[in-house]
Amino acid sequence: MSLEQLLSSLTIFVLAILVGFEVISKVPATLHTPLMSGANSIHGIVLVGAMLIAAVANNPLSFVLSVVAVAFASMNVVGGYLVTDRMLEMFKKRPASGAARAGTGAGAGTGAGAGTGAGAGTGAGAGTGAGSKAAGSKAEA
Amino acid sequence: MSLDTLIRLVYIVAAAAFVIGLHMMNSPATARRGNQVSAVGMAGAVVGTILLIASGSVTATGTLIWPIIAVGIVVGGGAGAYSARTVKMTAMPQLVSIFNAMGGGAAALVAIDEFVKAAGVGPHTLGTAEVVATVLDVVIGSVTFTGSLIAAGKLQGIVTGTPVKLPAGQAVNVVLAVVALVTALYLIFVGQILGVLVLLLVAALVFGVTMVLPIGGADMPVVISLLNAFTGTAVAMAGFVIDNPVLIIAGALVGASGGILTKLMADAMNRSIMNIIVGGFGTGDAVAGAAGTTPGAAGGAVRELTVDDAAIQLTYAQHVIIVPGYGLAVAQAQHATAELAGLLEERGVDVKYAIHPVAGRMPGHMNVLLAEANVPYPQLWEMEDINPEFQRADVALVLGANDVTNPAARSDPSSPIYGMPILDVDKAANIIVVKRSMRPGYAGIDNLLYADPKTGMLFGDAKDVLTQLIAAVKALQE
Repeated sequence: MSLEQLLSSLTIFVLAILVGFEVISKVPATLHTPLMSGANSIHGIVLVGAMLIAAVANNPLSFVLSVVAVAFASMNVVGGYLVTDRMLEMFKKRPASGAARAGTGAGAGTGAGAGTGAGAGTGAGAGTGAGSKAAGSKAEA
Repeated sequence: MSLDTLIRLVYIVAAAAFVIGLHMMNSPATARRGNQVSAVGMAGAVVGTILLIASGSVTATGTLIWPIIAVGIVVGGGAGAYSARTVKMTAMPQLVSIFNAMGGGAAALVAIDEFVKAAGVGPHTLGTAEVVATVLDVVIGSVTFTGSLIAAGKLQGIVTGTPVKLPAGQAVNVVLAVVALVTALYLIFVGQILGVLVLLLVAALVFGVTMVLPIGGADMPVVISLLNAFTGTAVAMAGFVIDNPVLIIAGALVGASGGILTKLMADAMNRSIMNIIVGGFGTGDAVAGAAGTTPGAAGGAVRELTVDDAAIQLTYAQHVIIVPGYGLAVAQAQHATAELAGLLEERGVDVKYAIHPVAGRMPGHMNVLLAEANVPYPQLWEMEDINPEFQRADVALVLGANDVTNPAARSDPSSPIYGMPILDVDKAANIIVVKRSMRPGYAGIDNLLYADPKTGMLFGDAKDVLTQLIAAVKALQE
């Protein structure tokens, strides 16, 4: 690595850290577990590195090291994204009874914001319930 | 435009997708799409790399390239997909921890392989910057690998959740640190000898174990968060080793996010990260002393409720606040909780859930469990918003939460948890505590709440008690 390359890599590194701080610090506590899991999948990008070392592996030790690296990284990527999606899917799921219950909850809840109230009010059916719920929480935020 | 240039552009798009995806995870409305954006970026980077290797744009002198990549992706990806689809939501934190271990391990292996290849050529082939990055990658990646596996084991119950005090633990850690430092300096300044790197690797792997073993199960959320940040950093270092900007960007992003999250978690528990790593509650003598003195103040006056009493209190209340905690997660009682809440709402009771930031096993874990049980999102209230509501609540139902409800955190400066933000459960008119036994919580101190005359205790497994409560409430309705 030339000094030039090193300096540009360090620049990227430092800026990416600062971007990470900015992007992350705004996430509400509710989403921390999915966020951790989502961030966890992103570091699965090491799969790219693992494949690049596999491309130049030409002795038994390197074969072993790179195949294990590719397998580990693939598990990180595939499992990470799927499990995060499963978690986030649950935040959206609104079966009919759930929507009805949301209506009661928001209606009776003294502290519930106007956004939530409106969202639950229109959410009569299951499908619209999910949609308006999303709109409601946005308005609340 | 050459393929090489095109793929480099794809890497930039992937990096942007990671940033945008994380940003979209800020709000429940866009979170899922955010994760998908990030996944598309990842897929682009992976497919692009495969094209890059296939076209020969990068040095592809390997003799087993495609079998290695195919076997690795099929085996690893298959294991990941299978476990992600089948895991129970209550066991999800340990799965995330295992995925994290995989990432850290892969990052360390990339650097080790680069080192092995260079060492085959001669002892001084890597530049100083590469060696420094290699050393950091191997150390951080290996600590993460074993540390995350131990953390997962503790959450799963394979490794004991109670803090394990190693004989001469501090001495072992000092020896490991000295070995790591000496080998690292040797590699950087003297010569790139494979044996020395192996020594460094072993020291780091053992340190991962000795670092996490002494930490109690209740602190695992903070530890997993910290290890997640470690993996990000290790991946960024791997990016320096193989000179790949997308690894550097993604790794640094995750390093920063994990760092922020870890700090938030530790703040919520009013503890420093150092305090947790060194081993705090449940291990120190000072805490044992405090535990010995408080029973005099709190003990004796506990009132035990019958299930029927509790059912009547709940059914005829107007405002009920449910306070779920670690015990609910352990008993997997989230569905029973939601069923009870649904029954009460049918009777016109207003039900809210009070979520302490560190309830459950990971930040936000309780929200995920309750979402799985179809609890509507607007009913989940965060600590700052729900605390003023407790004085209006007729009943606070505490399900397996302990230290986060202890008023001693507000009132008793001598308490080890003094200053920790808590849920003001004691302000409610009546308090029902569902708890397995009078055993003190993780902090090892008695909960003043239980001695409160307004408090009634229901002893038993959270799920069993809830099932009985549901039956009792139903009986009242008939």
